[in-house]
Parts: sequence; structure tokens; C-alpha cells
Amino acid sequence: MVLVVGAGTMAIKGAGPMILGGRALPEALTGVIELLGPALLGALVAVQIFGDGQALVLDERVVGLGVAAIALWRKAPLLVVVVAAAAATALARAVL
Amino acid sequence: MAQGRPSGYRDGARAMAPLTVAIVAFGISFGVLARSVGFSWPAAVAMSATTFAGSAQFAAASILSDGGTIAAAIGAALLLNARYGPIGVSVAPWLTGSTLSRFLHAQLTVDESWAIAAEGGGRFDPRKLVGAGLLLYVCWVGGTAIGAIGGRSFGDPGSLGLDAAFGALFLGLLIPLTKGRRRTQAALLGAMIALALTPIAPAGVPIIAASGACLLGVRR
Repeated sequence: MVLVVGAGTMAIKGAGPMILGGRALPEALTGVIELLGPALLGALVAVQIFGDGQALVLDERVVGLGVAAIALWRKAPLLVVVVAAAAATALARAVL
Repeated sequence: MAQGRPSGYRDGARAMAPLTVAIVAFGISFGVLARSVGFSWPAAVAMSATTFAGSAQFAAASILSDGGTIAAAIGAALLLNARYGPIGVSVAPWLTGSTLSRFLHAQLTVDESWAIAAEGGGRFDPRKLVGAGLLLYVCWVGGTAIGAIGGRSFGDPGSLGLDAAFGALFLGLLIPLTKGRRRTQAALLGAMIALALTPIAPAGVPIIAASGACLLGVRR
């Protein structure tokens, strides 16, 4: 299992860079690839905060995300944002 | 094309630094979980060293612990990692070295290092990718070894709020990439697709489907 998953993941990760590496993408694709970052990160934020296996839940992580949003709005460094989010989540769990 | 500044490696590692505690803690959790479902400690460490993708490893180990088949565990893990197909394509133009160098760069590409290396407009700094990816790799594999050999968890990462750290980091990395209406729309659409599919699709599918939001960029 370990070997199959490891080799499979390495192949998935390696495919794009091995085949396409160093070549500019066709003009028509760049507009699409440019939006891949925002699209995937938006999805990752949503799943990290609201996902719990197959369920969608509203729990203390939302407090952490809110604190992170405020810290980002106040232009805090990423370290402060992440630590504040974790601390706020832990505090909410302890109190609520 | 790969003209990162010389300080790029350090910039990447510095951007990753806020997450190191969380990554070690989750690495320990994975090591403990893997041992509890019957992995030997070298197998647990080998999985972290080769698969190097937390969500897929947790999914595979928890399917086994719920009595699932090995085939189901492999399927879920590879499905969860399928997002690295499009992610690999997005960084490919910026990796200009030999085939081996491109392969190794690709292995250090995980959600966090990829997001840190993103410079907006579809550009990526391969040095930041390596700096961030190597630090993450050491923390993840090291954490797994501590958990798998030490055999007991140092408490629940959740009680420290560490499960919210990843969402916060991704939000912090997303915001600089959302200058312009089209990019904001792509981020929101990606989030909506992922949330809509989470209850009905197998783990991993929602994130892959969300990458479809980038089709907003199709030029007409």
C-alpha cells in the first residue's frame, strides 16, 4: 500500500513538470492556469474550515478564520495571522 | 525563465515557518495513527517520505483503521492527490532544469509550498518552492518519525487550534492572488464547488472539481 501510493503520488506530481517542464504554455491556456491558484486556494480554505470528512460543519475553526481575516486586513505578517488563528480556535474550544 | 532572486530559497522557508509547529504536530499524529493500524515505523516514515501529502496519508490510514480494504485506501489516497496533476501543469513552465531536477522540484510541490511560490498571474518562483517545500518535508517526515517511534501523541492538535492554521495560511496566501474581479470570482466559485460536492462526492473529488473554476479564464 505504502509503495503503491508513494509511487502513484510521485508519478502524478511529476507528470506535468517532466513532460512540459520549461515550456511556456499555449496562449489560450495561460488565462485558465492563472485562475487555477485562486480557484484551488479558495476550495482549500473552504474545505479546511468547514469540512469534516464527508460532512460540512460549523465549528470553532470559523472563529480562527475570522481572526485570520481581521489580521490580514490589518496587514499583519503571515506568522501573526496563523498563530492568531490557531490561538483563537483553541480559546474558542476551551471556552465554548 | 526560472530567475528567482538568490534569496528566494530563504524567502520560501520563511513564508513556511509559521506552519512548522502545526506540520510537526500533524506528522506526529500521522505516525501514531499509522502505527495503530498496523504500519511498522519504517513503513510510516517511508509513506511520509514518498507520498508526502498529509490529507492522502490520513485518508488511507483511517480507511484501514475503519476496516476498509487496501484497494479502497489506495484509491482514496490517489484520488486526493489527483489535484497535483493540474498543480504540476501550473508550475511546469517555471521549472527549467534537467528532467531529474524537474522531477525533484515536482516532489516538493505540495499545497502549501505551491501557494507560497505563487507570485500571481500564473507565475511561480521555483526557489521559493524549494525553500518552502524542503522545510515542510523535514517537519513532516521528522514529525512522522517522532510519532511512529515514540508511539504516543503529545495531545490532540485540535485542542491547540492547529487544525485552523492551514485554513488561515491558505487564506493569507489566497488574498494577494485575488487582485482583479475575475480572480476573486474564481476563488469564490472554487470554494462553492468544493463545499457543494463535499457531502456527496468521495474525498478529494471536491478539490479537483473546484479547479474547474479556472475555466472562467477561457478567452472568447
